[in-house]
Amino acid sequence: MTTTELMAAPSAPPLPDSPADRWRWLIRDGFTIARRDAIHWRRRPGQIVAGLAFPIMFVVLYGYVLGGSMSVAGGGAYMDFLIPGLFTMTMAFGVGDTIIGVNTDVARGVTDRFRSMPISAGSVVLGRALADMVWAVVNLAVLAICGLAVGWRWHGTLAAAGLAFGLLLLLRFSLVWAGIYFGLLARSPEAAASSWALLFPLTMLANTFASPELMPGWLGAIANWNPLSATVTATRELFENPGVGGNSWATENTMLLAVGWPVLIMLIFAPLAVRRYRNRSI
Amino acid sequence: MTSTAPAVVARGLIKTYGKTRALDGFDLTVARGAVCGLLGPNGAGKTTAVRILTTLLRPDGGSAEVAGIDVATEPALVRTRIGMIGQQTTVDDILTGRENLLLWCRLYHLSEREAQTRSDQLLEHFGLTEAGDKQAKHYSGGMRRRLDLAASFVLTPQVLFLDEPTTGLDPRNRNEVWSALRGVVALGTTVLMTTQYLDEADQLADQVVVIDHGRVIADGPPAELKATIGGDRIDVVLRDEADLFRAAEIVARAAGVDAEVEAQLRRVSAPARHRVSVLSEVIRNLEEAQIDAEDVNLRRPTLDEVFLRLTGRRADDSGETGDPADRDGEPVRTNEEVAV
Repeated sequence: MTTTELMAAPSAPPLPDSPADRWRWLIRDGFTIARRDAIHWRRRPGQIVAGLAFPIMFVVLYGYVLGGSMSVAGGGAYMDFLIPGLFTMTMAFGVGDTIIGVNTDVARGVTDRFRSMPISAGSVVLGRALADMVWAVVNLAVLAICGLAVGWRWHGTLAAAGLAFGLLLLLRFSLVWAGIYFGLLARSPEAAASSWALLFPLTMLANTFASPELMPGWLGAIANWNPLSATVTATRELFENPGVGGNSWATENTMLLAVGWPVLIMLIFAPLAVRRYRNRSI
Repeated sequence: MTSTAPAVVARGLIKTYGKTRALDGFDLTVARGAVCGLLGPNGAGKTTAVRILTTLLRPDGGSAEVAGIDVATEPALVRTRIGMIGQQTTVDDILTGRENLLLWCRLYHLSEREAQTRSDQLLEHFGLTEAGDKQAKHYSGGMRRRLDLAASFVLTPQVLFLDEPTTGLDPRNRNEVWSALRGVVALGTTVLMTTQYLDEADQLADQVVVIDHGRVIADGPPAELKATIGGDRIDVVLRDEADLFRAAEIVARAAGVDAEVEAQLRRVSAPARHRVSVLSEVIRNLEEAQIDAEDVNLRRPTLDEVFLRLTGRRADDSGETGDPADRDGEPVRTNEEVAV
């Protein structure tokens, strides 16, 4: 190839100047970036298997190892109680993936490279969110199949079940933004990886595995107000699974909280994440 | 940008991190089409300067223009005219070389057809056509750098910034990257690169800028810098410490200036402006005086010696490394001999 041939570079499309154009670029770039992750999954099936084995392992550990000695406040089969909790836990653990993925890009200089290019901050962040949501859907599907195999059933309508899955994905979507923010904040991939240590108590201090009514009073209150508990209770209600009880404000307004918490998390972290990405002072 | 406007202008850039000033009145002008080597030890402020010029960082004071555009007021426009290659390669290991380039082409908003054509062109220009469909994790260090370079040339940038492009590469890979860089200079792109290696600046740059404590302490063509610091150096390593004094006299006479003696290394060294004539005179006189030398050689001055000459102190005893950006993942290399 001659030098002149390479010099005939395609000319850069002008920067978008209308809001509509900006949105078009945002969506398009978001998809381009998400596509990169899709190729990663295809090339590294081992990682997918490991990622999917994780929730299955929890079904076995909690359902069979601990399940025999667990009781549900108000009665009911523990498996029916457990699976909605595991759905929510899987959504929460997804933040760990987001944090590590984002931080790896920072550590490897990919984020700086993106930032030096004429693409909007929003699209890089959106690309991450899209890829993570696809992964979340896959996770939920595997866990649902696994749950059905061990005897979990939903007793409500199909529409209600659909709504339950919608709430779970809403929670995951809101947590993506927190994950992006903390991933940009973490000083090293090692620090990012240690976020798992914080996620564990966060998912345990909820009504995921045990009824708050059976916990000491102060702990039960924390568990009831845990944002994750709202989603767990709401999905139990929609699936018509046991464990929907209690008479605190939090348990009585569970639908409101299951939508309100994620919206609040998103309102806080989406601007923070985009701002942190754009930050030109550090 | 008019044809006469410089490609890069920085005026009194200041950047502070807490109490340390990473940049302290940094001035720079790089002419269009030039290759500028920004030379300095860890923490001198090189990376901070590049990050400001590539719109990644906002300065606390001063102003800068790249390709004639102000980096503070129109960062988005600057980003359409520049390429930036950081200290690490941003190559995605799991993707193939071609997929990597397609990703960048799409992010520069080429149409799908343009992206395909451009990726092929870039693979060919940077000598990666054969490896194009292999995953990048199988690439050598030099190939990865070239793929990184190729990604910066989706739209031929007016100014290309490189932060220590050959750090960590072996000599063969380093040569590979150097020739690829010469290739992009031929396309008319202005290059601003940071380096800790004097010979790298010497090999590629038309302009060498030495930076220390966030300020420029020397700026000119490589020949001028070398003249300032006395050009190449001659080293004589002796078998017997007792000969040091006599050997120092011989070296000083040949070099025309006082020689430096490092007793514990049994080494005498001095600038050797007239390389070969100094070398042969020293060897002849050592033989005549029957002094047994273990080694006699000519070499480029190290960055340390450049600093000693320019600042009166060694590069590594500044006591503070002011530039957090320079510290990231970067081993301390200031004492290393410059590879020739």
